[in-house]
Amino acid sequence: MLSISPTYLLYYVPLLVAISLVYGATRHEDMRLVLRHAVYTAYWITAFMGVIFLIIWVMGVLV
Amino acid sequence: MTTKIPMAAKNESLIEVDDRLIDLRNRPLAALLAWLIPGAGHFYQRRHAKGTMYLVCILSLWIIGFSIGGFHVVYASRFAGDHRWHYYLQAGAGLVALPAIIQTRHINKFTSPKTGVTSEDYDPLWWGFMSPPHRPVAEEKTDEVSAWYARHGAGYEMGTWYTMIAGLLNILVIYDAYAGPLGIPISGRKRPDDAPESQEKSKS
Repeated sequence: MLSISPTYLLYYVPLLVAISLVYGATRHEDMRLVLRHAVYTAYWITAFMGVIFLIIWVMGVLV
Repeated sequence: MTTKIPMAAKNESLIEVDDRLIDLRNRPLAALLAWLIPGAGHFYQRRHAKGTMYLVCILSLWIIGFSIGGFHVVYASRFAGDHRWHYYLQAGAGLVALPAIIQTRHINKFTSPKTGVTSEDYDPLWWGFMSPPHRPVAEEKTDEVSAWYARHGAGYEMGTWYTMIAGLLNILVIYDAYAGPLGIPISGRKRPDDAPESQEKSKS
């Protein structure tokens, strides 16, 4: 399914954590709200990239 | 009932976010510190938890990116054939990116402006830390950049992206140090729970 090793997906993890935490922290001051927003952001980023992945995969299958 | 104070206006340094009062102190200085070292502006404002989080997140991304790219992903160059636009974003991370500018000024002294070739007696500073590649750099030829790509593979690309994203994230941090979290209204936009009494108090 993937043309590259799944190990490359590990590059995604530090980016996701850092981006989610920093973005959440720029919206709130209370650490609990920051973490909650960070989890929410991480979920949305992952879901969005998952959708893009599916679209590209389907296109690859069809072409 | 707590009084809602609108987002920092021109001269206000005191804002309220998540029911806690934040003193932004000298906001331009906090923003400058935040640029120089991610999180330093927040330490200056005594927002230690956020400062620590920013410092760890952004510098971790930077260090990871720098290392997986073989320590060659951050350099400044505006030479023909090697306009390193990525550096404009990487520079957002502050002091950690500044050695690249010093290295660039150094290599420019050894590069002929006419031929665009770096002389043989060029010796980079600090064992080549953040130094640009030897000139000329051309896509269709074997040069030092292609050697970096060959040696580090996808790590060179990913390292570049990691450091660029670290720089971009620090721009958000600079804003947070200057004006507080983005969660509070930017303009005079009213929120449903803003009572008229609190708005009158904030105006006075």
